[in-house]
Amino acid sequence: MAEMTYRDAVAVAIAKEMERDPTVVFLGEDVGAAGGVFKASVGLLEKFGPERIVDTPIAEEAILGAAMGAAMTGLRPIAEIMFSDFLAVCWDLVANEIAKARYMTNGQVSLPLVIRTSNGAGVRFGAQHSQSVENWAMMIPGIKVVAPSMPRDVVGLLAAAVRDPDPVLFFEHKSLYATKGDVEEGEIIDELGRAALVRQGRDVTIVALAAMVPRALAAADVLATEGIDATVIDLRSLVPLDVTTIASSVVATGHLVTVEENPRLCGWGAEVASIVAEECLFDLDGPIVRVTTPHVPLPAAEALEDVAIPSPARVVEGVRRALG
Amino acid sequence: MFSSRPQTWTTTTRTAGEPAPPVPSTAAPEAVRLSLYRRMVEMRGFEKRASELFLQGLVKGTSHLGLGQEAVAAAFGEAMRPDDYTFATYRGHNHTLARGVPMMPVMAELMGRESGLMAGKGGSMHLTSVQHGMMGSYAIIGAHLTIANGAAWSAKVRGTDQVTVCFFGDGATNIGAFHEALNLAAVWKLPVVFVCENNLWMEYTPIGSVTAVRQPAADRASAYNLPPALVDGNDADAMYAIATSSIAGARAGNGPSLIEALTYRHGGHSRADPAQYRSDAEVREWLERDPLSRYRLRLVAEGVSSEELVRIEAEAQSKIDEATAQAQASAEPPASLVEKDVFADGGATWRR
Ligand SMILES: Cc1ncc(C[n+]2csc(CCOP(=O)(O)OP(=O)(O)O)c2C)c(N)n1
Repeated sequence: MAEMTYRDAVAVAIAKEMERDPTVVFLGEDVGAAGGVFKASVGLLEKFGPERIVDTPIAEEAILGAAMGAAMTGLRPIAEIMFSDFLAVCWDLVANEIAKARYMTNGQVSLPLVIRTSNGAGVRFGAQHSQSVENWAMMIPGIKVVAPSMPRDVVGLLAAAVRDPDPVLFFEHKSLYATKGDVEEGEIIDELGRAALVRQGRDVTIVALAAMVPRALAAADVLATEGIDATVIDLRSLVPLDVTTIASSVVATGHLVTVEENPRLCGWGAEVASIVAEECLFDLDGPIVRVTTPHVPLPAAEALEDVAIPSPARVVEGVRRALG
Repeated sequence: MFSSRPQTWTTTTRTAGEPAPPVPSTAAPEAVRLSLYRRMVEMRGFEKRASELFLQGLVKGTSHLGLGQEAVAAAFGEAMRPDDYTFATYRGHNHTLARGVPMMPVMAELMGRESGLMAGKGGSMHLTSVQHGMMGSYAIIGAHLTIANGAAWSAKVRGTDQVTVCFFGDGATNIGAFHEALNLAAVWKLPVVFVCENNLWMEYTPIGSVTAVRQPAADRASAYNLPPALVDGNDADAMYAIATSSIAGARAGNGPSLIEALTYRHGGHSRADPAQYRSDAEVREWLERDPLSRYRLRLVAEGVSSEELVRIEAEAQSKIDEATAQAQASAEPPASLVEKDVFADGGATWRR
């Protein structure tokens, strides 16, 4: 067991996959010599050389196009889009090309590629560098969507993403890069689409993703002092979505609260809520509550950003509403 | 401010009806030239048939014909190696046939049949046959230039000498992806040949009226440290010469090239377009420069027997008839295909 940061876990995971599989290549802006703007790829260039760790121009369409063309002809590329906000610049490649190639060609084309990107708020970068865009990705058929909340899962889920035969959008949370956690020695390969039960409780099911997981856990601690015993589920992946884990927990607790960093409309919690309403309505003992960022572009100032993003206090308040 | 009509460039010194010019000294062997002719005859016949089937209601949706642009596809098809990669646009029937993809599944795809190249899931605009190196036809302008780079990069990393050829229209030269792709290809020295088929018109707007330079591709080449290459896209011999030299250059590790082939589409942009925005004179002028009849005249003038050409034409016709009959006889795709192959497990399951 070793303690490492979320940031270092990224480089460790990429290095492990590149050592194992010579067809894995890594490209993006400032990823090689500079080690990444978040220092999540430090040391990779030295280890694997400029053939496999490739610095690109500021050309997001060119980056994802290169990844796609390489994936369809025998490589397993990992492409970095520096900030998830920039996915809007190359969304054509994601939504129209990468996601649809297998389907449109009746299965002729396989795209084993990973798009890594830094997602989310917490670092006061304002509206164009802080968005949580996992819900954009979730609504496109044909891509898998993964978002780890801790260093161990970065290693296990990134390994799974690289080995997956389908394109995976891998959302790293930029406010988590400096956080630390234990990572067991040896090979860790998770299964995409398995949520983790990070706290087991009787009274309410709180479902969270990425940076909202530690906030949900903090809320659960507060609720415990009031005698409310919460389950916290770390979703880890939006596609595939682990409905089984969510539903069986809701059946046991009778209450569901989702904690989402994305803006309100069409956030992933809406999908989870609709599934639970459709399939577990008679197990519910109260309204489903969604705690989200309000439907606003994100403000930059610390005082404002902190109000916008769901806090442990807002989660506590949401749970109280759910319990009635 | 802008001229409403594009300039048409004289790409040959002849006027219509004049005898064919002498064979260039670099002319390809006769077998190659007959093959070029056969390819063009097959493409022309195939697309004419597709057009008829559309009028009969048997081909649905839309499709974009390359009638008049066959020399470009035929020449590259002839010059490419079986393991090379093609990336084309929605105007990609000819580029698909050029890689040796049989007519039947292509016709069946246009007709939305289960025996179609993609079982009806892609349609006319997305023809793909990976086993033939036809890596796809793409319908969002510009994107596939960046994807073609990826295939070329992969060949380089894997240490093969495969070459990627990417076709696109003049309209694509004004979109960002074109410039991102050209720059990256040049910086990474990728084995890729970019071929702009300049048919003077985007959909309904003349390219000259919305482009800062006269030659949309050739005049941009210098920005990417590439030599300008402007070629008569209606001359199969000229196209074959530039196809072989550019592919050889890419294969030898000399990096990318950018070719602008001057050509013209005989019909409208797509099925819905009667193309009334073009003047009769312009259309007439280009019909006289038709790559197929022009090549036929040239071959005959150089001593190829008419019987031989007639035989090629008859063979093409019976291939087309057979493909049509087979495609027409085949079933519509079953409903089970709707949720097939979204993911690698063969299905569309997004939950567990
Ligand atoms: C990004 C994008 N914008 C617009 C369109 C609609 N569109 C389809 S074809 C076309 C004209 C393209 O002209 P050109 O590149 O010259 O190719 P051609 O059709 O002449 O082969 C347009 C505007 C599109 N498919 N993609």
